[in-house]
Amino acid sequence: MIGFLAHNALLVSVAVVALGVVITPVAIRTGRREWLQLTYGAVYTNFLLVSIATMSMVVALVTHDFSVSYVAAVGSRSTPLLFTVISLWGALEGSILFWAWVLALYATAVVWFHHKRPGNLVPYAAMTLLAVAAFFAILLVGPADPFLPMSPVPADGPGPNTLLQNHILMAVHPPLLYLGYVGMSVPFAFAMGAIFSNEATSNDWSVLSRRWMLASWGFLSAAIIAGMWWSYEVLGWGGYWAWDPVENASFLPWLTATAYLHSVMVQERRNMLRLWTLNLCVATFVLTILGTFLTRSGILSSVHAFTTGAIGYYFLGFIAVVLLTTLVLVAGNSERIHTKGKLGGAASRETVFLLNNLFLTAVMLTVLVGTLYPLVAEAVRGVKVSVGEPFFNRMAVPAMVALIFLMGVGPALPWGSTTWADARKRLYPPLISALILGSVAVIAGARGIYSILAFAFVGYAAMGNLREYWIGMRARHRAHGEGWATALVRLVKGNRRRYGGYLAHIGALFVALGITASSTFRTEREATLLPGETLTVAGHTVRLKNVWGREEPQRSVIGTTLDVLGKNNAVIGTIEPRMNYYHVSDQPVPTPDVRSSVRGDLYVNLMAFETSGANATVKVIVEPLVPWIWLGGLIIVIGAVIGLFQGQGRLSSVSANAASEEPSAGGTGP
Amino acid sequence: MNWKRAFIAVLIGAPLIALFAYGFSRDPAAIPSPLPGHDAPAFALTVFAPGEPPLMRPAGDTIRLADLAGKVSVVNFWASWCGPCRAEHAALSETARHYAGRPAQFIGVLYNDRPAPATRWIAEMGGQSYPAVTDNESRTAIDYGVYGVPETFIVDATGRIAYKHVGPISAEVLRQWIDSLLPKAAAGDTTPRALLR
Repeated sequence: MIGFLAHNALLVSVAVVALGVVITPVAIRTGRREWLQLTYGAVYTNFLLVSIATMSMVVALVTHDFSVSYVAAVGSRSTPLLFTVISLWGALEGSILFWAWVLALYATAVVWFHHKRPGNLVPYAAMTLLAVAAFFAILLVGPADPFLPMSPVPADGPGPNTLLQNHILMAVHPPLLYLGYVGMSVPFAFAMGAIFSNEATSNDWSVLSRRWMLASWGFLSAAIIAGMWWSYEVLGWGGYWAWDPVENASFLPWLTATAYLHSVMVQERRNMLRLWTLNLCVATFVLTILGTFLTRSGILSSVHAFTTGAIGYYFLGFIAVVLLTTLVLVAGNSERIHTKGKLGGAASRETVFLLNNLFLTAVMLTVLVGTLYPLVAEAVRGVKVSVGEPFFNRMAVPAMVALIFLMGVGPALPWGSTTWADARKRLYPPLISALILGSVAVIAGARGIYSILAFAFVGYAAMGNLREYWIGMRARHRAHGEGWATALVRLVKGNRRRYGGYLAHIGALFVALGITASSTFRTEREATLLPGETLTVAGHTVRLKNVWGREEPQRSVIGTTLDVLGKNNAVIGTIEPRMNYYHVSDQPVPTPDVRSSVRGDLYVNLMAFETSGANATVKVIVEPLVPWIWLGGLIIVIGAVIGLFQGQGRLSSVSANAASEEPSAGGTGP
Repeated sequence: MNWKRAFIAVLIGAPLIALFAYGFSRDPAAIPSPLPGHDAPAFALTVFAPGEPPLMRPAGDTIRLADLAGKVSVVNFWASWCGPCRAEHAALSETARHYAGRPAQFIGVLYNDRPAPATRWIAEMGGQSYPAVTDNESRTAIDYGVYGVPETFIVDATGRIAYKHVGPISAEVLRQWIDSLLPKAAAGDTTPRALLR
């Protein structure tokens, strides 16, 4: 019953969005602007209809309505409520439904906030979003219909994939990912709107698109970090990134979005890179669709891949339409969009931004090539290959290390140009902290050149960015006699976008430091312990206390309790790695336990155990500074949020001041 | 619109789409084995579980592929942590006993596992008629291109791989292949045709 309702809501939404797409150009071309209310109405109605469908699915899941095909596929009476609700995005059809809902939400927000803006940009952007929504709506009534009636109705279902019901982060990572991924449709829609409405020849539209990009970028950054955390906490290998095709798929649009957030500043300040910035905007969206395609079509082999089916052909068609349409539109209009702004001096912020864009794009292309290479190799040479970590580490890490350095250089240099003497004065001081951190790394035993450079550059960039805060605060302190705390708050409030950006840099440096330290100084040992026996790894000692078992409604748990020993063998805590046996699966799900501190993690995974409980084999991994990665993710998000709340007044003044110089140490903004 | 530029852009985008379209013509999970029809890679592996009479080999003995010339060999890669290996265990053990006294040799090669849990596993499964060997550093598994367990290779009397089976194997498949490869006199009364793939 509820499935019937939801299915029909989705059918109506296909018609509604189709109407919205068709009516928009007609309304604008024929001058009947009142018809644009139909476009906006279609956006709101689509949101209502998809919300009905999504809520129906949640209700069906919670009430264990196994007459709905999706519930029969992923539901189970023994699954805890939270995991039942979040299985909404645990499998293919549900995730497409959730995607459609997030897209409808974004489209509604865009129309809600911007419908009063004069001109044709917003109507065309709404049309673009509706066109994307149409694709997902068609999937939902066609090959990915989650509301097929089941006959006979099963009494119970298998429950969600066991890996996906083993950790609470499953409730966090996917929604963030969708908010980031789907949100990137909005800047794309504005880019398309700008081309259709001829506004692409000015810079005004980018004020709208970049805020949405910043919000989506914040979500995607958080999602990637949360995904790393999930993988670290659940998969039991003590790692957080494996260059898996689907991880790469989330990383690719992040790279272009990051490049965009920088190049759009050059566009606004220097009236340069307009075509390039628009390209990044479009590329980001295309990469999100490509990422979804890779995940959902089963075209590449990956741990994340969803089941294959007819849906792959729909995605292929969609990606062909998106790719060819955008290529034709952007290339065909490129001469008009192109700007003739000039680069300032070599020692200027825009030069650093150009380099930043160059490196980010290089990393993106490297990762893209590495991800798609297996497909190319098979098509061209007929061989199966897999491209693994060594390729990505060797190819992408140098550029990423260079990016860390640039994070320290960019903020220190002014827009336009400066003398070399001035540039030296700005760039030399942070070398001290680079030297300190680099030396500490070498003394601690780092030997790889990129590892040492990464430490040194993190030191450089951290001081470079903190110094910007310091210079600004000092200026306010001297000029207005403000206390340091007041000076900081007013400094940030005076230019949220800028200081939010620096804070995001600092977050990124935390992440870089955590990744570098944990991959450079990781120590691990595996041993079979009898109760009372100890294992010491890199100064951390654990002692096996016992092996135990516990029955839970949906699973059996075998656990081991280990005491963590401090000085003089005093027990300073316990750690409990487990093995979860879900009733629906033959494969146990290892559940490592992690003891975190500022200095790093003690990570213990249960590898095997004697069924009598006589012994247990555990793997103990000591990874320094891993929690800094998660903390860095949080700081990035805070930075993005600060940047988002730039006042409206400033937004409109930005383009007016487009070519003005900004004193880097001013603190009061341009 | 500059149609010339647009056209060039399409020329750049089209191969990418063609590549994805090609991607559908293949199954990323299907891994072709280059082995059937070729000589089986040589091995020399140490017995850790002797098996049962009359097929037993003492623990510590080395089984070499070269020693098996003239016999049909069934090389099964397995592990105690592998669920599907349980499903095929009885079929393998009983089929091996069925061919006792004829030129057929079964070997269980342990994959990414240690002898202690593997020995316990065999006991738990009620024993195994044929010997099991260890494969240090998975060298033999790598030579045979094993992607996961269980995988079973059937090698003919000349040392050529006749068949590779991925996943649990059944007694029927084993018998059909062994019978088709055994010399006629040794095959017994029925000689079903080889499964052609």
